[in-house]
Amino acid sequence: MSDTPTATEAAGLEEIELRGVPVDELEEWLEAMLVIREFEESLEPLTMSGNQIPGSVHQASGQEAVAVGAIRALDPGDLVASPHRPHHHALAKGLTPRVVMAELWGRATGCAGGRGGTMHLNDFALGYFGSNGIVGAPLGIAMGAALAAKLRKSGEVCVGFFGEGGANTGRSWEAINFAAVQQLPLIAFCENNQYAVETFIGRSAALDGSIAKRATGFGLPSVQVDGQDVCAVYRATREARERAARGEGPSFIEAVTYRYHGHNTGEIANYRTDEEVERWRLTRDPIERLRRALAKAGRLDSTRFDELAENAREVVEDAIRFADESPPPDPTTAANGVTALPFDRKGPSSL
Amino acid sequence: MSELVTVGQAFQQGMREEMSRDETIFVLGTDLFLRGGHFAQVKGLGPEFGPERVIDAPISEAAMVAAGVGAAMNGMRPVVDLNFMDFAFGAMDEIANQAAKSRYLWGKPLPLVIRASSGIALYASQHNNSLEAWFMHTPGLIVVMPSNSADTKGILKSALRGQDPVVFFMHKRLTGARGEVGGPDDLVPIGQAAVARRGRNVTVITSGIVVQKALKAAEALASDGIEAEVIDLRTIFPLDLETIATSVRKTGRALVVTEEPPYASVASEVAASIQEDLFEYLDAPVRRLTAAHSPIPHAPGLMEALLPQVGTIVDAVTRSIERWPSSEG
Repeated sequence: MSDTPTATEAAGLEEIELRGVPVDELEEWLEAMLVIREFEESLEPLTMSGNQIPGSVHQASGQEAVAVGAIRALDPGDLVASPHRPHHHALAKGLTPRVVMAELWGRATGCAGGRGGTMHLNDFALGYFGSNGIVGAPLGIAMGAALAAKLRKSGEVCVGFFGEGGANTGRSWEAINFAAVQQLPLIAFCENNQYAVETFIGRSAALDGSIAKRATGFGLPSVQVDGQDVCAVYRATREARERAARGEGPSFIEAVTYRYHGHNTGEIANYRTDEEVERWRLTRDPIERLRRALAKAGRLDSTRFDELAENAREVVEDAIRFADESPPPDPTTAANGVTALPFDRKGPSSL
Repeated sequence: MSELVTVGQAFQQGMREEMSRDETIFVLGTDLFLRGGHFAQVKGLGPEFGPERVIDAPISEAAMVAAGVGAAMNGMRPVVDLNFMDFAFGAMDEIANQAAKSRYLWGKPLPLVIRASSGIALYASQHNNSLEAWFMHTPGLIVVMPSNSADTKGILKSALRGQDPVVFFMHKRLTGARGEVGGPDDLVPIGQAAVARRGRNVTVITSGIVVQKALKAAEALASDGIEAEVIDLRTIFPLDLETIATSVRKTGRALVVTEEPPYASVASEVAASIQEDLFEYLDAPVRRLTAAHSPIPHAPGLMEALLPQVGTIVDAVTRSIERWPSSEG
């Protein structure tokens, strides 16, 4: 390859190895990561305009390799639940940018009909058991789904994503202990992006090296991987999946990653330096690293990469157009479907 | 006449019959497999159905309910047994924020039963919270509170054949109360109150163990020529306002009796509903007779002093009639 070195290469981009991965699928992984990046990068202005996405959202730019590496290691029928920073998981699991974008906009065509927004995405048919607004909660749901998978002998393996912030809530460890003692087909996946809102992990946890090490005390295999290396994430998840499928119970994976933007759109980040963000972008960007590794292996030239990047832009533009043109949900349905059993939803005065 | 069984046995019978009927039903909680739960509510089911249907869990209420939520989303019908309803505090997010919202947010039915023993009894304040109003206040939850063996079994069956998360209150002091029960297909519908005693002068609305006190009070009132109609709510949410209205239109007078603290209580909700909808039928203000706004103490004398009693029910009715005589005379 005779591509000109990029800025990241010049800055000392750390290389990744393409071993232990289905190399023919890597271009699709890159494509998925590019779509996620483009999707996330589009959100800031849409949440700031005041008439597009209500409220702010949590972007996962920089964390693409975690979602794609982990979810590509699963079988299509496996189940995933994710926390408040979920778009990359949802998109990697197969939800279309259209239905996710429309949900963020609160439109009837969104994956939750406009009822959920960013923190309550879902598509049970695709095995996506929801994003969740409560720290640690999706791990519990994935654990319960894994219990059902074990009882029904369905063969499904369940992944509960949570952040390093979620590793400080009791319910996470309750779920992990339960899964370990019941030998459930669960992967407890800690996506350590190092900041819980504005709190650096070093200020919230007295760790002996890693969160993964903390997990070993719960009696399950545990590993820390480079979350900016999609292949490393894939290998660790694949191994955990195979273990679960063999009936050998749950695993814990900690992927060390980094979010390029603030906790939420519109945040002014004064809790970390621009140099720190720049260093992660230049030396460990997951898309650049995969791109470089594929190029080096002669599997991707710059023309093809440009095509993929252009396609990602079009896909996201289409999703925004779709959301913009979609109708809002019918206000007369706002209180529908609270319970299956009927009740007098207008209140007692309608007697 | 069928054999008389305790409320605890009625629950266990209902579980056995439903677990035999539907393979997706399992029960999860602490000390269930061998001990059968602290109230013998699933006694014998462990050896009978095996450890995959009667699952002993670590004492982790959040994990227990989360397991129920996730399993219900993935094709099962879990019964999560928290032993004491007070322990639901440790799983409040899983109940109120996860289970309750699945249908609304995602259109995903969540057929989950959360059973626990409740009501005021021994062991003081931390084991004697009244959470029925908390759950009634939470959109998405069904709340049931049977007062006898037949309703316990029949309502359990409805819950296990329904599509909603059901919080199942069983009064600790009713565990050993005996009564007849229905057969395998006798369901008691959720959302239907029962008229426990007919009367024409006053409607006493209550639920759970207080039904017994209300019936005794009605007996005492009858000797004074006052005929009280006693309504057993059976379901706290959705409230059966139709049965209440039918009675109050007839009697023109209502007393709501519960053993919960008074503020923002089930009693408050029922009382407000009656005055809002039936004002023109009322001869007197709707009265609430609840427990005191107080934690529950250990000493039996202190505890009983806080609760509605047969005597205080009789007094409340008598005073109402004296102060606000019936318009029909």
